[in-house]
Amino acid sequence: MNYLTLFVRAVTSMRYNKMRSFLTTLGIIIGVTTIIAIVALLKGLDRTIDQEFSSLGTKTIYVQKMELEIGLRRHRNFEEISKRPDLTVEDAAAISKLATVRAAVPNIHRDLGTLTRGVYEADECTLTGIGEGGDLTGNWVVPEGRFITRYDQQHRNTVCVIGSYVADNLFGLGEEPLGKTLELDGRRYVVVGVLEEKGASFGHPQDNQIFIPVETYLKYYSLPEGRTSVFRGIRIEVLPEEEVPVETAVADVEELLRLRHGLRYYEDNDFGLNTQESMLSSLNTIRSVLWLVMVGVAGISLLVGGIGIMNIMLVSVAERTREIGIRKAVGASDADITVQFLSEAVALSSVGGVVGIVLGLAAGAFVSAVTPLQAAAPWWTVVLGVGFSAAVGIIFGIYPARKASGLNPIEAIRYE
Amino acid sequence: MAERQEAAVARAALERLIELAGVSKVYDTGHVAVRALDDVDLRLDAGEYVAIMGPSGSGKSTLMHILGCLDTPTSGSYLLRGREVSQYAGKKLAQVRNREVGFVFQQFNLLPRLTAAENVELPLLYARAPAERRREIVADTLAKVGLSDRGHHKPNELSGGEVQRVAIARALANDPAIILADEPTGNLDSKSEEDLMQLLDSLNEMGRTLVVVTHEDSVARHAKRVITLRDGRLA
Repeated sequence: MNYLTLFVRAVTSMRYNKMRSFLTTLGIIIGVTTIIAIVALLKGLDRTIDQEFSSLGTKTIYVQKMELEIGLRRHRNFEEISKRPDLTVEDAAAISKLATVRAAVPNIHRDLGTLTRGVYEADECTLTGIGEGGDLTGNWVVPEGRFITRYDQQHRNTVCVIGSYVADNLFGLGEEPLGKTLELDGRRYVVVGVLEEKGASFGHPQDNQIFIPVETYLKYYSLPEGRTSVFRGIRIEVLPEEEVPVETAVADVEELLRLRHGLRYYEDNDFGLNTQESMLSSLNTIRSVLWLVMVGVAGISLLVGGIGIMNIMLVSVAERTREIGIRKAVGASDADITVQFLSEAVALSSVGGVVGIVLGLAAGAFVSAVTPLQAAAPWWTVVLGVGFSAAVGIIFGIYPARKASGLNPIEAIRYE
Repeated sequence: MAERQEAAVARAALERLIELAGVSKVYDTGHVAVRALDDVDLRLDAGEYVAIMGPSGSGKSTLMHILGCLDTPTSGSYLLRGREVSQYAGKKLAQVRNREVGFVFQQFNLLPRLTAAENVELPLLYARAPAERRREIVADTLAKVGLSDRGHHKPNELSGGEVQRVAIARALANDPAIILADEPTGNLDSKSEEDLMQLLDSLNEMGRTLVVVTHEDSVARHAKRVITLRDGRLA
């Protein structure tokens, strides 16, 4: 015979104590469910973030008043930051002259609220003053018309390029927006371009934007002051030359701006240079914290589950002392008894593992169904779940099993 | 000449199934050492039918445990089918119990969760017998004890006499050298007792070696030889 038969017999012995077996495996079920569900969520989060980032320009450097860090790395004093000098259109012009830079585009935006044009309405539009090259840095495609040009900027032309949402909502079916005018805050702008649809980024709609030349914007609107200037002031989107690594361009821009802001070598930057990489790396900190939390939660529940299994196996060994004696009398070796009880422990924990996997996958599927997060557990989590639960069974089953196999057959058989 | 001598030795060893020489068993209970068996010499030949008698505390159980390899002697030698098993331990001892000894207990000691057939199968499982062979032997031995149609019943669905016959079938499963029965009729009514003793008698007639531990004369009467123990010594 083989140990397989012993294992099968052990598995079937669970049916004698259904309720007890279920309660015992609960800890493992919770542990494995947690692992699978959290991995599924994190994977979904990763996927969503990757998609979001790819909708932005991949190499674009965002020069802003403050450093952007996703996460809670340190407390920020917005009062201090708001006192930093505003970035200017001239800064952008200077940056664009760097050899490593292909385009440096100033931009500034404000909310417009609901726009009307005759019978048509578009909610929650934003107005962005932008320079030439904003289509490159912002990854915009202009299938109809053109983007804002240097000429528009220099002459403070009242022209605009509109997002697909704006075009769809303010113009009728079959109506060509190009060449038509839009009235914004009492001024009329000629539509010179319509952007291709982009969808939302990080939950923010992008197709509700109206771009006008930044000089035109600055002529009609004042710069924000105080704390609002931190996020709502001019920012500069910098696109490095092809073949130039992002870090090289970042270093050049940093040096130039420090010079222009008259900073001494011992002074910190009074501006932020934000790249996708820097934002991703701060996101990664959050990710690794989440992973640690998961490992902790799963580890603790597997530990608790393992202790539960050990406890119930010790009870089982005590209850079945006589059975162990009988088995030894008819020729079971210590190894046979060890295998029997170890198999029962592993069977308990594995069943818990399988149930946990099913529940975890279901949780992932549920999240995918009701939220935009594409949560899906990769195949290796199933292997991981089975492996972990079996390992828990072995680790916490070995002591009770050894205890069972070490019983003296004569005493065991007399046990009442 | 030498060959003939060897064959003779082998035949003698086969006949001489069990040979105990100077076997003692001392239990160390802490401050007092209890001498449960004291210098016992005993020879059992193949096909014998022996009853071991004696008052309680005389060492009957200890002797049976040693004969059945559930325990090993403190000193002395135990030859079972020509093998010195007194120094065996662990897996080897378990193997001897499995192949050479069949136990029948007063308390029956069937596993209550298993069916009669599964109980009979147990020693075969530990002997690593293939499934096909196990099924054959279980059917054969259940037939031998007259319970062919009761194999799928659990012990609690059988009468006391039937349960003990299942236990005998289990003891026979691996075709052991010796059947050891410890008060086999102790929990049976007199009708079942008579049936069971007839079964044991017929097994002996077919050549089985039987050792029955009992303190009832009605049981001992079936045996062909009676050994009496007193204070750990053969009387």
